[in-house]
Amino acid sequence: MSDRKKVRNPEGREAVPEISEACAACPVHHAANLKKLGVDMSQWDFVVALAGNPNTGKSTVFNALTGLRQHTGNWPGKTVSRAEGGFEYRDHRFKLVDLPGTYSLLATSLDEEIARDFILFGQPDVTVVVVDATRLERNLNLVLQVLEITDRVVICLNLIDEAERHHLEIDHRRLARDLGVPVVPTSARYDEGLDELVQAISEVALGETRGKPYRITYNDPQLDRAVAELIAEIEEAIPELPNPEWVALRLLDGDQRIIEAVERGELGELHAGAAEPAARALEPRESSAAA
Amino acid sequence: MTKNTEDLLQKAQELRWKVGGDFHEKITESIYRNASRIADRAVRREDQEQAFDLDRTIDRLVTSRIWGFPIMLLLLTVVFWLTISGANYPSSLLADLLLDTVHPALKDLSAQLDIPAWIDGLLIDGGYLATAWVVSVMLPPMAIFFPLFTLLEDFGYLPRVAFNLDQLFKRAGAHGKQALSMTMGFGCNAAGIISTRIIESPRERLIAIITNNFALCNGRWPTQILIASLFIGSLVPARLAGLLSALTVVAVALLGVGLTFGVSWSLSRTVLRGEASTFTLELPPYRPPRVLQTLYTSLIDRTLIVLWRAVVFAFPAGLVLWSSANIQVGGASLAEHIIHFLDPVGILIGLNGVILVAYIVAIPANEIVIPTVLMLTVLVSGAAGVGEGAGVMFEMDSLEKTMEIFRAGGWTLLTGINLMLFSLIHNPCSTTIYTIYKETRSVKWTAVAALLPLVMGFIVTFFVAQLWRLGAG
Repeated sequence: MSDRKKVRNPEGREAVPEISEACAACPVHHAANLKKLGVDMSQWDFVVALAGNPNTGKSTVFNALTGLRQHTGNWPGKTVSRAEGGFEYRDHRFKLVDLPGTYSLLATSLDEEIARDFILFGQPDVTVVVVDATRLERNLNLVLQVLEITDRVVICLNLIDEAERHHLEIDHRRLARDLGVPVVPTSARYDEGLDELVQAISEVALGETRGKPYRITYNDPQLDRAVAELIAEIEEAIPELPNPEWVALRLLDGDQRIIEAVERGELGELHAGAAEPAARALEPRESSAAA
Repeated sequence: MTKNTEDLLQKAQELRWKVGGDFHEKITESIYRNASRIADRAVRREDQEQAFDLDRTIDRLVTSRIWGFPIMLLLLTVVFWLTISGANYPSSLLADLLLDTVHPALKDLSAQLDIPAWIDGLLIDGGYLATAWVVSVMLPPMAIFFPLFTLLEDFGYLPRVAFNLDQLFKRAGAHGKQALSMTMGFGCNAAGIISTRIIESPRERLIAIITNNFALCNGRWPTQILIASLFIGSLVPARLAGLLSALTVVAVALLGVGLTFGVSWSLSRTVLRGEASTFTLELPPYRPPRVLQTLYTSLIDRTLIVLWRAVVFAFPAGLVLWSSANIQVGGASLAEHIIHFLDPVGILIGLNGVILVAYIVAIPANEIVIPTVLMLTVLVSGAAGVGEGAGVMFEMDSLEKTMEIFRAGGWTLLTGINLMLFSLIHNPCSTTIYTIYKETRSVKWTAVAALLPLVMGFIVTFFVAQLWRLGAG
């Protein structure tokens, strides 16, 4: 953590002459490369979505990376609208979008819908799922659902300090293997692990790491058959869709928003790259920080 | 829609019947099963004896049937008591600086530069004084209140408040999560209304939006605190004054909570009828608040933003007030005409014309009610010696001096009490009204949310005034 100061004050670099150039070139020594851009989000190269259950510290991670001061509070449901900020890392500019905290993406309330629509239609380059290490099982519900939609995911295993306090030990390497995407343990409140998080985000954004996401198994032959049948139809109607299985499940569930998207051909457009930014699917952004 | 997609949707429709109605549950169940398997493999819990669980012990206390509410009231009272007794001294320091030192210096400067009297009056006696007044009165209480409130929030106490209130909301036919949006409203109603998005059902969300205004907001706390110190605190010996004032403010805040329940109840039994939905409220772990960071963010996020808003509205309001006090129409100033016109209505409800004018001026920001009231009172009562002339906001270096102004304006204990009531029950500020419109997209519900509390305010103050006069007469 000796280079923590420099994160806050990049100009101070000269004051630490013992860091050699080799050091500075090493990807591990990236603190000096992180530049917090606050709300300056002009010409970003990548869009990063920040998802997670309520009260897992998403806003704290958001603030730590962007240098903004979205008000954080210790209660679920603090962020009900999207907040946006930016940071620059190794010559790439990232736009970070803080989504409302949700337990699932089944879209039963407005905040769940905002989060789901952004991950699906906003097509972020990376989706970071912030996970409460002390409540891993429940948090994984959301992670698994996100993994069904996209493979460009980084898991931020947050509140590691609290897990330690509760005598929980989490094998994050095993978790990463099981989930098939990078897992970074952090303690955002105390500024720990964020360097590694930024590194992982950038690797996924640049395609240096490619996830092989875990697929939910249903152990239900009838269901599996129905899904398989529908996937065949989907692939015919909307070729090259990255997540036909997920769409099949949503259609079977009668998800109105997804049915509409299929009717209007939005899903196909998305994949053909012809989609206008999904902003139209989203609420106008506004900050509840002024509270 | 192409043929392919039509086929696809058709097929989905057919298959949906085949897989049966418990499909949703099957999916959810599978997700849980998968998640639990992965979690089991990754988590190792150190075996140890069931240690003393501090979190659970605190929870048992603060959400207990017996102690839950008393602890809540105690915490609120302590917060206000610290605010009221702590803000006095820095307030008078700031008043000394901004009003007694900087203001005369500015006047001297403008005299030396030969600036025309009307520009000097408009800018220095109008705009500057209004702004300085707002800063010296609002900054100290806010700088104490917000950090304290934020510390409680950071610690994790707010969800426990919601937990305690949940049952009451349900009984009122509203959503338990309304407790959270209401708590948020104690900071700012506009933010509270945005936070109602966590409520799924549109019916319950509307109830939460309409009643959010009964949560006393930032802009109104200072009014409550000042009037409580002046009119209620002065009823008892000095050493008890702070405590009694704090209790009074708590009582007003509780009345607001009571009105929230009452109005929610009436709405859910009349125009917004329906069942209350159930939900699970998660009690987050207690986290040791990071004191320094909390102080910093609450100063930046809340105190300065709210103060800035007040200043932005106070300066132009100062200009308008000074002008209206100095433009003569038929032997009296414009301001006097308006005040005399509104006086009968004001007096009928135990207030006066000045207060009503102040509430019209303060539609953009509740924060400037008190400065406006003081300035206009000086103007109409012609309280000599306190003000420096028509439309000048005078020095306020001590509470007694302010009290003198009020007495000169014919204020009684009833005026004080009714002002506190009216400050709690009146239309939301323009920012909040606009937010309500943006969230509901309905002119009708926006109008209801804006006018309902105003009408209620008139009714409540009217009856209080009649009863008071009956009792006194």
